[in-house]
Amino acid sequence: VMERLKLVLQYFQSNSESISNGICIILALVSVKLYTSFDFNCPCLPQYNKLYSLGVMIVPPIILFFLGILVNRHTGVMMDEWMRPIGNRSKNPAVVKYLFSAMIQRALLAPMVWILVTLLDGKIFICAFSVSVDPTLFSGLDVLKIMAKVPCKEDVIFRNSSFRKAVSRYVRCHSQAIGWSILLFLIVLGALGRLIKPCFDDHATFLQTRYWSNYLDVEQKLFDETCVLHARDFARKCVVQFFEDVREDSLRLPHPVFFSKFREEWDDEEEEQLHGITKQEQVDQLLNKWYYSKPELDVSRIAYRPRPCVTWENHEGKTLYSDV
Amino acid sequence: MDKFRMMFQFLQSNQESFMNGICGIMALASAQMYSAFEFSCPCMPEYNYTYGIGLLLIPPIWFFLLGFVLNNNVSVLAEEWKRPTGKRTKDPTILRYMFCSITQRSLIAPAVWVSVTLMDGKSFLCAFSINLDIDRFGNSSVIQGMSETEKLKFLARIPCKDLFEDKELREAASRYIKCISQACGWMVLLMMTFTAFLIRAIRPCFTQAAFLKTKYWSHYIDIERKMFDETCKEHAKSFAKVCIQQYFENISGEMRSFHRHHSKHDSDNEDEDAWKSDEEKLLGIRAQDDMNKVLWNWHTCKPPLALRKEHEDGEKEGEMNGNINGEVNGFVKSHTHDVEKKEWAVYYSKV
Repeated sequence: VMERLKLVLQYFQSNSESISNGICIILALVSVKLYTSFDFNCPCLPQYNKLYSLGVMIVPPIILFFLGILVNRHTGVMMDEWMRPIGNRSKNPAVVKYLFSAMIQRALLAPMVWILVTLLDGKIFICAFSVSVDPTLFSGLDVLKIMAKVPCKEDVIFRNSSFRKAVSRYVRCHSQAIGWSILLFLIVLGALGRLIKPCFDDHATFLQTRYWSNYLDVEQKLFDETCVLHARDFARKCVVQFFEDVREDSLRLPHPVFFSKFREEWDDEEEEQLHGITKQEQVDQLLNKWYYSKPELDVSRIAYRPRPCVTWENHEGKTLYSDV
Repeated sequence: MDKFRMMFQFLQSNQESFMNGICGIMALASAQMYSAFEFSCPCMPEYNYTYGIGLLLIPPIWFFLLGFVLNNNVSVLAEEWKRPTGKRTKDPTILRYMFCSITQRSLIAPAVWVSVTLMDGKSFLCAFSINLDIDRFGNSSVIQGMSETEKLKFLARIPCKDLFEDKELREAASRYIKCISQACGWMVLLMMTFTAFLIRAIRPCFTQAAFLKTKYWSHYIDIERKMFDETCKEHAKSFAKVCIQQYFENISGEMRSFHRHHSKHDSDNEDEDAWKSDEEKLLGIRAQDDMNKVLWNWHTCKPPLALRKEHEDGEKEGEMNGNINGEVNGFVKSHTHDVEKKEWAVYYSKV
């Protein structure tokens, strides 16, 4: 099972579009979970019912929309590509448009899921529109205030009341109908879009746009990775250069390669590790200097220092092997 | 598998991704703590407000400080801020960037606590039940005859189920306050998300080039610190090894070390290598008395922290050079019968 999971993860991480799709789906699931864990609390007062319900139906989708834009990697890529100066690389507005539309489509999924779930569940509609129901359709009580209390099961007026249940069913039925029709509309729209798009769009340009937008994403990731590796190398060289600077003599000629045959193997390695710091006072001075006077950010000396290069020639002068 | 390992290493090396993970864990811990916490309103007019608002505001402050404590970058930031300038100039934008990123990550767990508390509504109910206008909830006949203090006490008992008799009034009032509390919660969430959106999505419009520079150098500072610690550790290891080696040599005496050194030149028989390495590891200590002396001296008279620079001593090097040059030629001659090779050591500098 673990192997399969790893394969799935690897597949998703290989393609940047797949990663965005995965995150988008996770956000939709989070939206559903948020709805089920949210304790919907209808105020059951005529002035506030509608306000509260519409608020709960509209504000969370806005939040989820912004969240969807935030967690999408393509947002940064798109903004970079849009705002960058031209420099040596010409700008392609089609790529920016593609990235923008992809980002908006993905960001719209979680809000849509929330709205659909609220409609299919029906609680919010009942809360909002119970005051609008014509009570004469149902047998029972008829005061407006009482209509407002319909969503509240615990109210004494409605304990075990069939009137309340009837009105709830009526409003919930409307709510679910609206929910299903919106879902159907969206699916038909998506299907039509998929089918008709090839007639209008130039597929070749589309392939190019998709390639280059993926390329931008990969390029940015690789740049970040290279910077990280470079920083690591830079830091290592800077530290070693600092160690070597603390000794008295500044430049040490390294031992030619054949000397090491006549020493213990570990001797030479240890010498390398010591970087010439062999006394307690030197170590103390080094540690002190690291705090009080950090070295400048320049590793040219150690990056370009002379190395021994061995050249083997036979007695005729012909080169057999050379390090150069 | 290798790709995963590389990715894990990359995540580890990239401090930001690691910190994101910690941040997420703290947010979950915050939500879990709220659900595990048993809220019990005091239901007294003097203490309700303090308890309700205190529970809303004090745990977030605690989580915020905890975020600072758990973040490794805080000590890096403090170090970079406090260090003397020395040969390296200080860049205030880097300090600002590090501080901003630490603060942003630390703000998530408090935000989660505040949102969950507001959505649940209990703390608002506890804090504001005494401010309710009871008339709009139904029969206000209950409180007509009461004095001010009695009215306050009556209202203060609303959050407590067991102490309040009028169930419908309590239900209506708590629904009302909970509704306001949830509205506040959604507004807070909306504001925070919108602010984060502005910062994340709109920032590239302004300072992208400078931002890349700051990001690189702040990450570099962190890595440099780690590299320095690693190099110090390696150095300490080598220092200790050579120090102990020299200590053994000193104590076993010059004769034995000369004997060992001499025998190295004579034999080039590879079969004896395995046996020889064990011989060498004895470092000249072959008797019980000698070993006891070594151990005793290690405690009573530790060697100074100053290694002899054997290989860089000028005269010794010259002497060894002569020896070794001769040996090199001899060595080469004895092994390569067909071609006589001349060795040249040429020094090139990479320019």
